[in-house]
Amino acid sequence: MPFPLRALAPEEWQAVRLTLAVALRAVGCGLPLAIVVAWVLARKRFPGHAVLNAVVHLPLVLPPVVTGWLLLVVFGVRGPVGSLLLEWFGIRLVFTTTAAALACGVMVFPVMVRAIRLSLEAGDPGLEEAARTLGAGPLDRLFTVTLPLASPGILVGAIVAYATSLGEFGAVITFAANIPGQTQTLPLAIYAALQVPGGEEQAAMLSLVSLALALVGLLASEWASRRLDRLLGRGTAR
Amino acid sequence: MSLEVALRHRFPGVAIDIAFTAPEPGITVLFGPSGSGKSTVIAAAAGLLHADSSRVVAGGAVLADTARGLFLPPEKRGVGLVFQDARLFPHMRVAANLRYGLRRTRAAPRIGFEEVVELLGIRDLLERRPHTLSGGERQRVAIGRALLRQPRLLLMDEPLASLDAARKAEILPYLVRLKRRLDLPVLYVTHSLDELLELADHVVLIESGRLRAAGPVAEIAARADLPLAARDDASAVLAAQVAGHEPERRLTRLDWGGVTLWVPLLAAEPGRAVRLKVAAREVILARADAPGLADALLAGALSVHNVVPGRVLALAEAARQAVLVELAAGAGRLLARVTPDAVARLGLAPGVAVLALVKSMSLEMPHEA
Repeated sequence: MPFPLRALAPEEWQAVRLTLAVALRAVGCGLPLAIVVAWVLARKRFPGHAVLNAVVHLPLVLPPVVTGWLLLVVFGVRGPVGSLLLEWFGIRLVFTTTAAALACGVMVFPVMVRAIRLSLEAGDPGLEEAARTLGAGPLDRLFTVTLPLASPGILVGAIVAYATSLGEFGAVITFAANIPGQTQTLPLAIYAALQVPGGEEQAAMLSLVSLALALVGLLASEWASRRLDRLLGRGTAR
Repeated sequence: MSLEVALRHRFPGVAIDIAFTAPEPGITVLFGPSGSGKSTVIAAAAGLLHADSSRVVAGGAVLADTARGLFLPPEKRGVGLVFQDARLFPHMRVAANLRYGLRRTRAAPRIGFEEVVELLGIRDLLERRPHTLSGGERQRVAIGRALLRQPRLLLMDEPLASLDAARKAEILPYLVRLKRRLDLPVLYVTHSLDELLELADHVVLIESGRLRAAGPVAEIAARADLPLAARDDASAVLAAQVAGHEPERRLTRLDWGGVTLWVPLLAAEPGRAVRLKVAAREVILARADAPGLADALLAGALSVHNVVPGRVLALAEAARQAVLVELAAGAGRLLARVTPDAVARLGLAPGVAVLALVKSMSLEMPHEA
């Protein structure tokens, strides 16, 4: 198949913009929660630790379609959460951009939690002890010592999660459907293009864009983690 | 006021049960072999270890008294801690590290940023990041950071142990300066006799989780029955005062409890307190009535300058055919290390009067001047 390089059509640009926006919302809203969960998993021992850990990681191992369907069950207009949202706030989640972001967020949540938890566990508890003796209370220590020292992990987790959520397919199409301009992100648009006779060219173009975005994401995470490590005096680049 | 520390704690396989009081201000050195529980005492005093039972009183404030259900967490104790491994925050520059504790202190500062920077000689380091500092520089910054927290008690957990000899020698003078400038109680852990002899006012000896002995450094360092005296580098510590100078002879006269000691010329005004150490193996003993000795000394026939009358307090056998002789002399004690044969010839026994001959060159002055 010849590879026709050409400018993107307006509706293709729309898919690109939508994909970036959905990923941004997924990571932006998921990150604070991921930090909290990672901190709890890394630092606290309690009954139910293993269960929480398993639930967080479930989207990694479940077929994405199942995750999407579960979201539909919970957040659908007749679901336990979805019905309340509709009743109290008049919010209807399914088949909206927000739903696409939620689906992406759930799918990439374990990616973020893992990266952040690893860097929290690699941290030196001695530095927190030092902060304690210098008069820093728990929240103070968290924001001035623990999180800054875990920042490489947090940043890498966020970037990888962002790049991953650009490619989310199964959960998004199941929970948010394939609506151009609303929920049709790049992978969904590629899939839709392949369903239409003669859509290969469009699919190829969009795939190229996908590839470029993924590559940029990975390079950015590599660059960011090196730079932060150097700032913290770690790693080989002294 | 006095510093009060008492703790009982059971680790798997080891039980710690230590209690002592020490004068405030001043440096109290906790001395003992590795694993004897010194660091446990520090952790308990800082509040980092919640011991089975503990009582800590410093600067008149009760920081812990578990018998009455009181246990302040470390962040509320107002206690500075210098760790063996410095533990500077790697994501902050030196200046931010120094200010970390200062910014979190509500008490009116007793020592300011500028003064600490000056005292520790770290002005050129302020903009650097911790990982670019040498071990000695790091430790100086860590000491400054702890001081700026305006602590009521300063804890130092083997602050020099991870440094080589040259770096140690670089930091010790700063510690001596701090000691003179600050009126703080300091609890200082070490297993280096040198650091003890240079810094300690008071010594607490610990052995396998128990208190072995505690008291003023001049007493503990010279006690024949304690492990310090049995070491090859055992020394007595003398607290003397400058009495006068004889520049033409290039000598300085010191007064040590009524005894005159001659040392190489010092640049210190009369009245100034100086601390001396004398290695036990450098001290020669003579019978008080040694025939001819007085004449020889009067005639200036011996190179030795210092003849100190004393009385034997105790004797103890040590390894390698040595006998330790503890003497009461001057303002305190001397320690002599002699052979069993000498003990027999001189008829040394508790209560016997002797003369201790000490070369001026053997009166070492630690980083005091």
